[in-house]
Amino acid sequence: MKINDTIHLDVAGENALILYFSPREQSSLVVSAEINRTVQQAEQLIRQHLSAVIVDLIPSYASILVVFDLLKIDHHHLRNQLQELLKQCNQANSKPGRLIELPSYYSLESGMDLVRIAKHAKLSVEQVIALHQGQEYRVYAIGFAPGFAYLGEVDERIAMPRLTSPRLKVPKGAVAIADRQTAVYPAQSPGGWNIIGLCPVDMFNPQAKPVMPLAVGDRVKFIAIDRQQYLNLGGKLS
Amino acid sequence: MSKVLTKADNKPRGFLVTNAGVLSLVQDAGRFGVFNLGLTNGGPADSLAFYWANSLCGNALNATVIEISLGGLQLIAQVDCIIAVTGAPMPLTVNGRAKALWQSFLVKAGDSVCFGFAPVGVRCYLAVAGGFVIKASFGSTATVCRESVGGLNGEKLAVNEVLPCHIVSREGYQRKQLMLPEHRQPHYAKEVLLHTVLSYQQQHFSAIEKRLFFTNEYQVSKHWDRMGYRLQGRAIKADINGILSEGICYGAVQIPADGQPIVLLNDRQTIGGYPKIGAVISSDCAKLSQLRQGDSVHFEAISMSQADNLFHLSLSRLKQTQLIHL
Repeated sequence: MKINDTIHLDVAGENALILYFSPREQSSLVVSAEINRTVQQAEQLIRQHLSAVIVDLIPSYASILVVFDLLKIDHHHLRNQLQELLKQCNQANSKPGRLIELPSYYSLESGMDLVRIAKHAKLSVEQVIALHQGQEYRVYAIGFAPGFAYLGEVDERIAMPRLTSPRLKVPKGAVAIADRQTAVYPAQSPGGWNIIGLCPVDMFNPQAKPVMPLAVGDRVKFIAIDRQQYLNLGGKLS
Repeated sequence: MSKVLTKADNKPRGFLVTNAGVLSLVQDAGRFGVFNLGLTNGGPADSLAFYWANSLCGNALNATVIEISLGGLQLIAQVDCIIAVTGAPMPLTVNGRAKALWQSFLVKAGDSVCFGFAPVGVRCYLAVAGGFVIKASFGSTATVCRESVGGLNGEKLAVNEVLPCHIVSREGYQRKQLMLPEHRQPHYAKEVLLHTVLSYQQQHFSAIEKRLFFTNEYQVSKHWDRMGYRLQGRAIKADINGILSEGICYGAVQIPADGQPIVLLNDRQTIGGYPKIGAVISSDCAKLSQLRQGDSVHFEAISMSQADNLFHLSLSRLKQTQLIHL
């Protein structure tokens, strides 16, 4: 079902529809900040107007999964309501996200893949670090694990494919790169991203308010800190 | 009618875990509305058995229960209360005497409640009248071990933990002994039909691939858990390798590069980048979660409207079912 030239609506499951915000013919792997802004705007509209019948929403790069309450609405009615509502989506209205600065301790000690990335990119380690913190990133999606924010896009020169075999233990706070995405691991977990530093900020803390420093649509800049600053900010080294 | 019993030292009382079994988890209906933080649903793998466990205890339908996978849980009651066990046919004993599933009954302080191992099926639900009294995190008591969220401390039950509950007055338990009629009790088999709505990237699977998917039998592989069931059988292929990561709904059938389907369940990750051919309806996901390695499934394609009908039919069947007063 087509809502306008770029938004279309598909079935996901018994109680879920999915909105796609990129034209079908377009390569499905293109990441676009513009599309993601529309996603964010649509998410806000849906939360404002349909929260009575919606159980949950998962916004991502170019889609929103809409999970609805089968006792309150059926998919026909929800389709119609979404169609009406999303006509209001308008690029011009989208506001820029908050700018959040995340400190990062880049070093050979905290970034075990820095040398590999530098070799792969034919750059020095210092250049890799400079390119990573030179960029302002956008929070495109949150998922995979609580507090895990997908940030994009990394400078093409330091884009690096995931490890062929994921590590069993990536430390909490690891600042890492996969292709043109970067992220901070919210907790120790298995993972296949390339580690370049450590961030002392809690990315997910059930006791804190808010529990996450980031939300989809926020802008993120990494600020290099040294070992002592990292430790002073509560960072840990194993 | 009921109150939380507290000792002089204010320690809540309920059931003491003397053997935690293979995998016993605190669960309520699940965690909703926090996907935006990356938190998944959790909740009972078999929602039908969960529903009956609470109904038999006269509970709210979101009351907290214990989900016992495979078996082996042993508890000692510290209070008088009404309990009910539903789900896979695990041998259940109280003080060594066999007890029937699918009905509520009184246990007294000091009684020992033991679960054996299910010969078929995987999961059982232990409900207590009034529900277990566990502090909710992010609006739910559901335990998701991978996220260290819910339950007593984000993990499966362990020996010496106490599961606090309400006690029920004498008049209360006279009224509350109920049984689900035998013809309404589910049978757990080693084969399940999974009604599946074609959805998501279905257009990236050719007519032939779809035909293969819906005509072949698949076996449950050794990778089956609350996150998802990896199946083994005829490989099918999408005409794309991956997609931009997107939201994954309950029951979504992911087809990774090796062509072996994965049905994603309660503890699934919230977003992912594998192509999906469709989504299994919720009532069949519950049945799937009672299968183990080597059991088999078939997929059958249905429309969204048929899925809607099946949902409302099974709901009205639930509402029409009268429990028997014992």
